[in-house]
Amino acid sequence: MKDNFKKAPFSAQIDLSKFSMQDFEKATDEEKKQQDVMGESTTFFKDGMRRLRKNPLAMLSIVILVLLILVILIAPHVIPYGYADIVKGSANLHPMEYSMQEQQAIAKGESVFPHLFGTDSLGRDYFIRVVYGARVSLSVGIFASILVLIIGMVYGSISGYLGGRVDLVMMRIVDIIYSLPDMLLIILLAVVLNETLSPLIKGTVLAKLGTNMIALFIVFGILYWVGMARLIRGQILTIKQNEYVLAAKCIGTSTSRTIIKHILPNCLSVIIITTALQIPSAIFTESYLSFVGLGVSAPMPSLGSLANEARAGMMTYPERLLFPAFAICLIVLALNLLGDGLRDAFDPKLSR
Amino acid sequence: MSSENILEVSHLKQYFPVKNGFKTVPLKAVDDISFSIKPGETLGLVGESGCGKTTVGRTLLRLYQPTAGRIVFDGDVLFDSEQKIDKKMQPYRKQMQMVFQDPYSSLNPRMTVEDIIGEPLDVHKLYSSKGERHDKIMELMETVGLNAEHATRYAHEFSGGQRQRIGIARALAVDPKFIVCDEPVSALDVSIQAQVVNMFEDLQKERGLSYLFIAHDLLVVQHISDRIAVMYLGHMMEIADAVELMDNPIHPYTQSLLSAVPIPDPNTARKSQRIILEGDVPSPLKMPSGCPFRTRCRYATEQCACEMPPFTDRGNGHMVACWNK
Ligand SMILES: Nc1ncnc2c1ncn2[C@@H]1O[C@H](COP(=O)(O)OP(=O)(O)O)[C@@H](O)[C@H]1O
Ligand code: SF4
Ligand SMILES: [Mg+2]
Repeated sequence: MKDNFKKAPFSAQIDLSKFSMQDFEKATDEEKKQQDVMGESTTFFKDGMRRLRKNPLAMLSIVILVLLILVILIAPHVIPYGYADIVKGSANLHPMEYSMQEQQAIAKGESVFPHLFGTDSLGRDYFIRVVYGARVSLSVGIFASILVLIIGMVYGSISGYLGGRVDLVMMRIVDIIYSLPDMLLIILLAVVLNETLSPLIKGTVLAKLGTNMIALFIVFGILYWVGMARLIRGQILTIKQNEYVLAAKCIGTSTSRTIIKHILPNCLSVIIITTALQIPSAIFTESYLSFVGLGVSAPMPSLGSLANEARAGMMTYPERLLFPAFAICLIVLALNLLGDGLRDAFDPKLSR
Repeated sequence: MSSENILEVSHLKQYFPVKNGFKTVPLKAVDDISFSIKPGETLGLVGESGCGKTTVGRTLLRLYQPTAGRIVFDGDVLFDSEQKIDKKMQPYRKQMQMVFQDPYSSLNPRMTVEDIIGEPLDVHKLYSSKGERHDKIMELMETVGLNAEHATRYAHEFSGGQRQRIGIARALAVDPKFIVCDEPVSALDVSIQAQVVNMFEDLQKERGLSYLFIAHDLLVVQHISDRIAVMYLGHMMEIADAVELMDNPIHPYTQSLLSAVPIPDPNTARKSQRIILEGDVPSPLKMPSGCPFRTRCRYATEQCACEMPPFTDRGNGHMVACWNK
């Protein structure tokens, strides 16, 4: 009964009844093989790395960041000055200048390590201070981003996966937090915590970090995760729409297995990219706060506080402002370009 | 209703709550649908896009919780809103499977073909050793005409037709009795459509499968179906034997669907004049009163606007919902 329709079931098909068996010859094994030829097998990761390697800006950023990190790690071991060491008689030196004492020592045949960036008004080697400043800024950026990532990921995935009413309430909370003026809150928190925390943490490791830094982390913890939470929730909502999640349900896959095998691996690129882009923004916030005097406690330098101190002698010693400002720009720019490169390489859909 | 059917669906309803301004209103995607499928039989389900075909398939596989109705599979009542029966689906997932419409979004891009086809085996613990799992996957890949050497490849490396074959292998992995094929070929090239449809037919012969074969295109469905059901706006319009429906369509909607089918050979073109379907399917949120098709029907009368036509037998199991005799 179906045969009535089989004659021309699809308009684009050749009417086979016009041919006889002799009109065809069997495909050889060789020909069959050729049908099967496919491109080199690539995994998602390999594919992304290949695209990343083709992006010159991202590659340059990686080189710059690696060099910076090497300098940050090695310089304190090579350079004989500490960030808080005051070198007698060497205040206010320009880059590569030697003080009187040092010139005498050199004349005696002793070797004196040059002040690459000069010294500050107290006679501290400026190069090592910039290196430490970059170290503080980078670690604040990385740890704050990890904090944001953890809170945002947990909150966002619960909200996105459960959906419905839970999602509604959780997202309204996010909206409220999003609308708070973050800088004002940081400044308020820093002032309040300075009063309340300093007696508590006296003598502990935290004291070295300073209450301002703790305030900064707290603010990152309670304010900046919302962007990440929104993003991850949105991502999970779109992934939930994919038929492969439905297919998993159809197979009988459990909820936990579905999340682990199907949902999280597909958000991973977004998570990595956003974290990479979060780091420069955290560094920027830290620099800004240090600049207005709410960052790390002296004598610990940060790029922002160095720039702030440099304002005093800006006309005579412009390099004191230029070095930390340049370092901030370099770090932030390199991280941003790397983040963009990662995004384009691993998640082209996300680029705006 | 006889128990010789593998699947019996009666008065199935699926309403989705959707926001309309401040109010939440039910979107009646599937409204009061009944049909049955015999073992080894293929029921074709056609209708324009947005008529609720996909929703029927997903609801009867319980991917969505049905709003009301009764679903009986192989003699077991899976769901009955009146008797408050709502069986756990896990054991039945091995017997009822689905092939999805979109070969791109239905395969996880972070999984290899081996893991995609192996997942049902893992979930239902259908092997005793790693080797057995591997052998089963190889066998399934060969069954659907995939090169077993490509087992470690990712889905995005395959063409649309090959991806659909992966989806079919995944559905076959649990050795089901019944498969919902949700427009499995509409995303494929015409030349590949024929191959895939033929494969569905071969698999049916080898394994005694029953299909609910969904398509928006009568041409594809008439080729594979024993019987054809026509849906419009969540309602069943006509069910009949495939040949009977093609030769003698009674419902005005079926007639217009048929005249929309391009006829390959002009000599055999139907003598009847073409009935052009005007306008689009109305939104299921603005369901017309009475007969859902009346806004586009040439034969619509007063009665059609007032009352929903009953689904009646016009002889030999040719069921039609239309006032027009
Ligand atoms: N999960 C859902 N939530 C709300 N509305 C839905 C959902 N799924 C489908 N619909 C609506 O139900 C109707 C039928 O959709 P569908 O079953 O996909 O139609 P078809 O497969 O025939 O094209 C459409 O109007 C669609 O918008
Ligand atoms: S019931 Fe009336 S409106 Fe509906 S299809 Fe029949 S004739 Fe047309
Ligand atoms: Mg559909």
